[in-house]
Amino acid sequence: MNLAPIPHNDHLFVRRLKQVGELLRGMRVTWGYLVRPSRVVTREYPENRETLTFPERFRGQVVMPHDAEGEHNCTACTLCEKACPNGSISILTTKNIADKRVLGRFVYRLSSCTLCNLCIEACPFDAIHMGHQVDNVEAASYERAALDLILNKREGR
Amino acid sequence: MNTPSSPSAPAPEHRLPPGFALHASGADGSQEYFLNMGPQHPSTHGVLKLVVRLDGETVVEVVPHLGFIHRAIEKMGESETYVQYLHLTDRMDYLSSHINNLGVCMAIEKAMGIGVPERGEYIRVMVSELQRIQSHLLWWGAFGMDLGAVTAFLYGFKEREKITALFEDLCGARLTMNYFRPGGSNADVPENFIPRVLEIVEEMKFTLDEFNALLSANPITISRTQGVGALSRERAISYGCSGPVARASGVNFDVRRHAPYSIYDRFEFDVPLGQNGDCYDRYRVRMEEMRQSVRILEQAAASFPEGPHRAKEKPVYKLPAGSYFSSVETARGMFGTYIVSDGGLKPYRIKSRSPNLSNLAPIAEMAAGGKIADLVAILSTLDIIVPDIDR
Amino acid sequence: MIDLTVTHPIGDRIREVLPPLPAALANGALAVASLALLVTVMAILLVWLERKVCARFQARLGPTRVGPFGLLQPIADALKLLMKENLRPTATDMVAYYLAPLLPITGSFLVLTVIPFDHNLQVANPGAGVVFVIAASGLGILGTLIGGWGSNNKYALLGSMRSGAQLFSYELSMVLCMLLVVMAAGSASLREIVLSQQGTVLDWWIFKLPGAGFAAFLLFLISSTAELNRGPLDLSEAEQELTGGFHTEYAGMSFSMFFLAEFVNMFAAAALGSTFFLGGFLAPQIGVHAVDAVLSFVPGVIWFGLKSGFLIFLYMWFRWTFPRLRIDHLLALEWKFLLPVSMGNLLLGATLVTFGLLLP
Ligand code: SF4
Ligand code: SF4
Repeated sequence: MNLAPIPHNDHLFVRRLKQVGELLRGMRVTWGYLVRPSRVVTREYPENRETLTFPERFRGQVVMPHDAEGEHNCTACTLCEKACPNGSISILTTKNIADKRVLGRFVYRLSSCTLCNLCIEACPFDAIHMGHQVDNVEAASYERAALDLILNKREGR
Repeated sequence: MNTPSSPSAPAPEHRLPPGFALHASGADGSQEYFLNMGPQHPSTHGVLKLVVRLDGETVVEVVPHLGFIHRAIEKMGESETYVQYLHLTDRMDYLSSHINNLGVCMAIEKAMGIGVPERGEYIRVMVSELQRIQSHLLWWGAFGMDLGAVTAFLYGFKEREKITALFEDLCGARLTMNYFRPGGSNADVPENFIPRVLEIVEEMKFTLDEFNALLSANPITISRTQGVGALSRERAISYGCSGPVARASGVNFDVRRHAPYSIYDRFEFDVPLGQNGDCYDRYRVRMEEMRQSVRILEQAAASFPEGPHRAKEKPVYKLPAGSYFSSVETARGMFGTYIVSDGGLKPYRIKSRSPNLSNLAPIAEMAAGGKIADLVAILSTLDIIVPDIDR
Repeated sequence: MIDLTVTHPIGDRIREVLPPLPAALANGALAVASLALLVTVMAILLVWLERKVCARFQARLGPTRVGPFGLLQPIADALKLLMKENLRPTATDMVAYYLAPLLPITGSFLVLTVIPFDHNLQVANPGAGVVFVIAASGLGILGTLIGGWGSNNKYALLGSMRSGAQLFSYELSMVLCMLLVVMAAGSASLREIVLSQQGTVLDWWIFKLPGAGFAAFLLFLISSTAELNRGPLDLSEAEQELTGGFHTEYAGMSFSMFFLAEFVNMFAAAALGSTFFLGGFLAPQIGVHAVDAVLSFVPGVIWFGLKSGFLIFLYMWFRWTFPRLRIDHLLALEWKFLLPVSMGNLLLGATLVTFGLLLP
């Protein structure tokens, strides 16, 4: 499909008039925004922090949900560690009283995480999620070390 | 280039730095000087550096310097599995990340003979077209800003945000999507996906009219773009341009039409073609492409099927030894993925043919003889994504 | 000696209690001080207004955090700029670099001294006020030229050369538009020009000279936009092309002088526009007695502010709607269109005045 050719045959005066008309048309568009406050799209972020919601699938940082007893689903299978393209996850295992291999520390380096979701897809036990709370998004920090997180709350469970 | 053969050789009077090919004009009393546009400049959109040879305000020659954001994505790909590599393609042309993902997925599918269920194909097409509109909206805003109409920039972003929010619901990300997987996509669409697409489609029609009113026929825009930076059909082909840049020069090539992938052959759409290859044609081609994408979206939404969104997932993606190629049409042109596999878990070599490098190539030819302002307009209508050039 | 005195109750009182020379000095000091206050307040107000209006044109909110409605935002900006280090790149020409930011603001300040804000609110009333205005506004051009040259930066140089070409050209058509009014009013004193528009709204020069007045007003709007260096004619800044043009190398306080001058300049241009074409401080009269009485009850300075505000709004509207012109198109627009048209318009106006074909 060819683009419609641009008409060139107008008289110069008619063309100038049309050009002025186009300028005014543009001004009408901006005017429409000025007089209609409902078209303002700004959301004032720190103020609306309390009411801010993210979609359920939103990929904030990786979190490990714990139930009421402080238990999590992780079996230290290290599938997520293998799935991660950036080596952001290190699963440090330990032995519990029954001499069973369990999760010691789930080390998660937010600083090198690309929030790609692959670890979550890899986990067979649904032990980790992508957080979609405000806290999972605000990750700015003055120190790099603050971005090395340990996701499980207690060791050796 | 007249580089002195030995250090002691007298330096020629009008020696030019490396990269400049044209002869120094007006050697006697030449007024030429060099200007570094970038890597930090408002209208190079990222870290592109253009070394410009100027005569007053007139551009004599432009030499792009690349490599400021080189991350060796292709080399990194060799040490990552195929699925892991997907998320790196997000970071090439970040405004077409869905489509880049799709390209890699298609190469893997081709190699392993994975089919995609009907619904998965529909999702692919719809998401690709949404992404194309989203990318063009951002381009429109940036184009307005490069020309000095800052308001357009905000309008472009405002409209783009609606699609970005949809993507956020769809895959949880706004820019680096990592949504498509070999055999489909990593999740089904949310329930209200189709109604929201239809809503966006309706709004887009109004938006495009508004954008046309603000900028398209504005005499200042026309005087800044018409006849500026013309690229002939022959030159566009020999530079390997693709996408809207090539189509504005009259090259009738669109991967969606001429090598249909996914289920593009089922939809009706036109491939807009320009005649002059100037900035204004590139502008109009993109505006028209948005309308065509809206058309595709409407058709796809009307026949969106039920069913699984992804073929049965494989535990590992191991490509048989050999080489595989796939190409898709991103918002900027043809994105090719070439995979050489030695049968292992990771590619032996993975190569992307990204549209932006070849689209940037003609800039020296297009800008020569124009003004600095023309250079900005040209760069803007080429719609360069620098991380895609450097990779 | 020309008498520049403007009678004002406070001035008269000072003249009563003090001997002539100290009285003249005290009056002068008072006038300059109040003008300086006005300039400061105006600059702050306009910065805020520009940001708010621009935001609303762009479907944004604009400043909201500092003070009610973000009113204190310009003050916060000014403080920030004040606290910044006043960097001077080593390769710059020190004298030119530091002199340049002072000139534009001085120019617009001087223009404001002869603007009649109300019946007796004017710093000085020279008989050749228009000539003075034209001369003073030339200082601004000098500022951008010197600044761009002294910065020793290619972007800045390009910007200042552009502004030289642009401002000198557009000055011509702007002056021609003013000349039309001077001719019609029969005086070059700004006060006389305002007073010549007494009567109803139709006696303002924009309407009173049929056709010619309105054309001159439009031409004045366009050429003063160029004079102000505002978008769409802000070629010497041209952020997207020249990264800021003539003030690329400026930082901190010296940058803010350029920045403030832009806004004071805008006020001065709008003040000139309303003085020449919209009846200055005169209240709009529509010929209905009851309404007119109410309208003229409002002090002239408020009318003056409203009229200037309207023009300022127009400038903002232009800026936030249109893309920028290219330098050669800009000069072509002036030399091939605006200048001939304003000359023809002047001729038309002269004919109208000569044959008395004014609106009754
Ligand atoms: S989201 Fe991606 S990068 Fe981040 S830890 Fe998971 S797999 Fe690694
Ligand atoms: S989080 Fe999931 S994948 Fe990772 S170690 Fe625990 S159970 Fe395995």
